[in-house]
Amino acid sequence: MADGIVARVDERMREAALGVYEYFALAWRALRFSFSRPFYWRDLLVQMDRLGAGSIPIVLITGVFSGAVLALQSSIELSAYGATSFLGSLVGDSMVQEIGPVLTGLGIAGRAGSGIAAEIGSMRITEQIDALQTFGTDPIRKLVTPRLLACLIMVPAATIIMDVIGIVGGLMIATSSGMPADQFLRSMWSTFAYGGFLFGYFPKDFVPGIVKPIAFGGVIAITGSYYGLAAAGGAESVGAATTRTVVVASVLIFALDYFLAQLLMVLFGPQAAM
Amino acid sequence: MKDTGQYLEGIRTELGHAQAAERRNGGPPGATPRPLIELQHVYLAFDQPVLVDLSMAVYEGETLLVLGESGQGKSTILKLILRLLAPDAGTVSIFGHEITHLSFEEVLEFRRKIGMVFQNAALFDSLTVFDNVAYPLRENTDLSEREIARVVREKLEFVDLDPERDMAKLPAELSGGMRKRVGVARAIATDPEVILYDEPTAGLDPLAVQTITDLIKKLQREKGVTSVLVTHDLRAGFRVASRVNLLREGHIVFRGTPEEMVASNDPYVRAFLNAS
Repeated sequence: MADGIVARVDERMREAALGVYEYFALAWRALRFSFSRPFYWRDLLVQMDRLGAGSIPIVLITGVFSGAVLALQSSIELSAYGATSFLGSLVGDSMVQEIGPVLTGLGIAGRAGSGIAAEIGSMRITEQIDALQTFGTDPIRKLVTPRLLACLIMVPAATIIMDVIGIVGGLMIATSSGMPADQFLRSMWSTFAYGGFLFGYFPKDFVPGIVKPIAFGGVIAITGSYYGLAAAGGAESVGAATTRTVVVASVLIFALDYFLAQLLMVLFGPQAAM
Repeated sequence: MKDTGQYLEGIRTELGHAQAAERRNGGPPGATPRPLIELQHVYLAFDQPVLVDLSMAVYEGETLLVLGESGQGKSTILKLILRLLAPDAGTVSIFGHEITHLSFEEVLEFRRKIGMVFQNAALFDSLTVFDNVAYPLRENTDLSEREIARVVREKLEFVDLDPERDMAKLPAELSGGMRKRVGVARAIATDPEVILYDEPTAGLDPLAVQTITDLIKKLQREKGVTSVLVTHDLRAGFRVASRVNLLREGHIVFRGTPEEMVASNDPYVRAFLNAS
């Protein structure tokens, strides 16, 4: 019986290792195809519209409420220490470095990541992917590469929108509680300036706000594509692929957030790693 | 189960069509012995063995019918021919070239000479009928959009669809029979030498089955294509086939003409015919 358990554990470990290998192999091939012909420009534009522009409403709603609740809770804590003047600093830095990237990543993982898995999974079980191969099309080049590039471009773009809207939400709460808008904004900018600048003009505090969403975009596209391509059988497997995509992409986003924060701390100092 | 005598009478009627098809193709395979496709001693397993020491050949100009119960690996044979799968052992050759160990890119040259009609048509559901049929032309030829439009119209007319009425439709707007016909139009868009049919009549009503089998015969007659037809629809298969291979437990248990199959005394062949 013990041997049976060991064998099962061994088999599971092998499957997991193979899965990790396949995941990274898929990512590498999809990235490599970005730099060779044929390149499916039309598919890239369609995916940028679907994955990015289509996610704007969820980004706007999530952003404004996140910024607002962050300002609301923080103002209570800061007022206890007579430090409400730092509200802009706290909201701005939190949104740009942490909340904006993570919430945008999670929102797009839920909406677009599951969509990628469902679309590719559905194509897999209806033999559309076999049909693509029959016509000499590499399905990774045709399906995964445009989605990967779309996510790499649109998740950072959506994060910038989320950051701006979140700061606007925080500003609304701050001004409604009597803080002048210019004090809020000056407090925020002074924190960015304190962190230093790259190339003389780009605040280092913005680096995580760009680097993290790019990584999250990659995770969302590859996870959705990986589980979509692995779908087999019927509609049930497509449902399972979408669920796994959302769960795995969300967990990876949180884990990657931590490791990237550590890495950026080493590269740019503590101010650029929050 | 149908009455055996009545059933075999129906089969003999179908054979009249098969013999006519054979005559149109220039006689039995013995007259044209060059195999376009050859599988030799192929083994393939997933969780369970699927193909076990399978050997078969498809000759130029013929229509080979591959019969077998569900789950016997009929569709797997087509995927091996297209190199969508690779065998665990044995060799697969098409047009005289062994493709078993070729890479995806290397096999493309051969794959472009083969058209495939999928079981559920496998039309790209985000593309219109026009774009579906145009897809292989855009991928594999240097034709201008004007020339592509001309070819698409020609192929849609060949499968008895009205280009003006149908080519802007999405696959979801088509009936099962129309989807299959668009699948055939897409498969023949680049004028392939070989067409593979995977259960082309599955899920269709009798009139649609008739339309599809007529279309397969029209392709034989007018284009002279070599065909491999995988199905368990015996009646439809016998209408078009010049030769039959019967698959059981991963290998071929009967090879011959449709009339030889009907005349066979092999217990499994009899049981298969009577149960179909």
